Amino acid sequence: MPDNGAVTSPAIETHGLRKIYGRTVALDGLDLQVEAGEVFGFLGPNGAGKTTAVKLLLGLARPTAGDGRVLGQPIGDRVTRGRVGYLPELFRYQAWLTAHEVLALHAQLAGLPGATRRAEIARVLELAGLTGRADDRTGGFSKGMQQRLGLAASLLGDPALVILDEPTSALDPVGRADVRTIIGEARSRGSTVFLNSHLLGEVERVCDRVAIVNRGRVVAAGALGNLLGDASVRIRATGLPTGDGALAPLERLGTVERADDWLTIRHLDPDRIPDAVATVVGLGGRVHAVESGRRSLEELFLGLVQDAADPIDPADVAGVPAAPTGGER
Amino acid sequence: MITLRPMLAIAGLTLREIVRRRIVWVLLILAVVSVALVGIGVQRLVSFARADGVAELEIRIGVSQVLIMIAFMFSFVLAMSAAFLAAPAIASDVETGTVLAMLARPIRRADLVVGRWLGLSIAIAIYAMVSGLLAIAVVNLVSGHLPPLPWIAVSFLAWQAIAVLTFALALGTRLPAIAAGAITVVVFGLGWFVGVLGSIAIVFNAEPLATAADALGVLLPTDGLWRGVIYGLEPPLVAMLASGSSARGLQASPFFAVSPPPITFVAWSVVWVVLVVAVGVLLFRRREL
Repeated sequence: MPDNGAVTSPAIETHGLRKIYGRTVALDGLDLQVEAGEVFGFLGPNGAGKTTAVKLLLGLARPTAGDGRVLGQPIGDRVTRGRVGYLPELFRYQAWLTAHEVLALHAQLAGLPGATRRAEIARVLELAGLTGRADDRTGGFSKGMQQRLGLAASLLGDPALVILDEPTSALDPVGRADVRTIIGEARSRGSTVFLNSHLLGEVERVCDRVAIVNRGRVVAAGALGNLLGDASVRIRATGLPTGDGALAPLERLGTVERADDWLTIRHLDPDRIPDAVATVVGLGGRVHAVESGRRSLEELFLGLVQDAADPIDPADVAGVPAAPTGGER
Repeated sequence: MITLRPMLAIAGLTLREIVRRRIVWVLLILAVVSVALVGIGVQRLVSFARADGVAELEIRIGVSQVLIMIAFMFSFVLAMSAAFLAAPAIASDVETGTVLAMLARPIRRADLVVGRWLGLSIAIAIYAMVSGLLAIAVVNLVSGHLPPLPWIAVSFLAWQAIAVLTFALALGTRLPAIAAGAITVVVFGLGWFVGVLGSIAIVFNAEPLATAADALGVLLPTDGLWRGVIYGLEPPLVAMLASGSSARGLQASPFFAVSPPPITFVAWSVVWVVLVVAVGVLLFRRREL
């Protein structure tokens, strides 16, 4: 993956990025690499350090230790910020300006050439579904409309990198679907999208790669397919023959495990699930249930985050015998 | 390459905010109402005095002192307005998060601070000068009294307000809006008080107190600028009368000035404003958002 670094450097790269606020470790040595052109999901529970990471990338806060590069330049570089679009988690725009005026202000601050501003503002208004409200003051906007406005502002000028911090927190299901479309559109125009979210369904649908962060540390990272593992299917069937080689026709589809009435077929091409069922029936089996066995992102996430939530510290355990602290393993 | 465009964009935004949020109209309506009341008051004073057969010269002197009192009250109102406009200018943007989206753009934090300062300074200067000249014109209309240097007076009035505004803005880069505004008003009041104390110290030859007051006057030049306002309003005749040794007590008055603030002091006040803006920029640059 990163081998062609000489040609296209990663959009984001951090090394041991650390941020301490008072006694709170907000980010504890973040190592991250986001390739140019991908949609990257940065996942974590509330308070995991996602927003802190974004603020460090944009120079809104200074790292306590570590460093990083955004679009090939050191983090916080002013000129580079002209190629980055950002929707803050806490999105607020001047209530006394109209949506169009807010975007004009941001186009101006972003340094977009005057000649293209008008068309560009119209484009992002359309994209965010705000064309009809362009001349209304944002003070009268619902939270969802304000978030759409922030999204529009972040897309002004086709930035090379778009950083969206919880972009759907105030949106209804229709709005969320719109955001997926917008992200797809941004990617097709060549932008790298860095998506901060705790809404797993969303991330699962749009992201190429994800990193899961917990307590300021990345606990898993990689392509979604690799993280979730191969697809598998579980079939409950009775009346199947027993003995060595009895399930040979099924084994041509994937690795088969048998436990009581349940068959688990791993490494199965999802398109061949009907073939697997047909094969079971062909072998004389009576099918009672079929379940898709692929782990969801949610299961993966909960597993990783809960494991880390209750680390067993030998020092604590030694001092407190049989204390009923924390129920989970 | 340093470009002024983002800074000017912020200044324009600040001016637009003042107009859009109707702050400017509230201030102007207040000014017009106050000026109208001043006009009516002075007109009645003059007509009563004339009916009683008071000499015209005495009336003029009386009106000149009334005008200085009015200017004094207006300078306080201006200082308050400046403090409460400037204190939230950056502080509220930080508190609400508006600043996040703006500072993620390729602009410097200095652009935001200086742009805000410029926009607010233009607004407060226009307000001070328009209101001040209006009051002077109305008093002239009803009494015939015209201060010797009206432009000097309103310029010092505006510059004093800008000094107060600068202080509040700089505090607001680090403190919550309410704290920045309250501290500014208290410090402004103290500055005025120290000025009065200094004048009294001179009259009573209390050397150390006078030196201390002078030093504080350098640290906070607002009261010194107020002396410039009086200088522009004080008729030369009153200044002449007060120059006699019998009138030494008059020199302790906060409403009296025979000479303009020294040019070095005025130059220092400019440096002071620049320094305070610079401190504001430094504080804001260090701030984590």
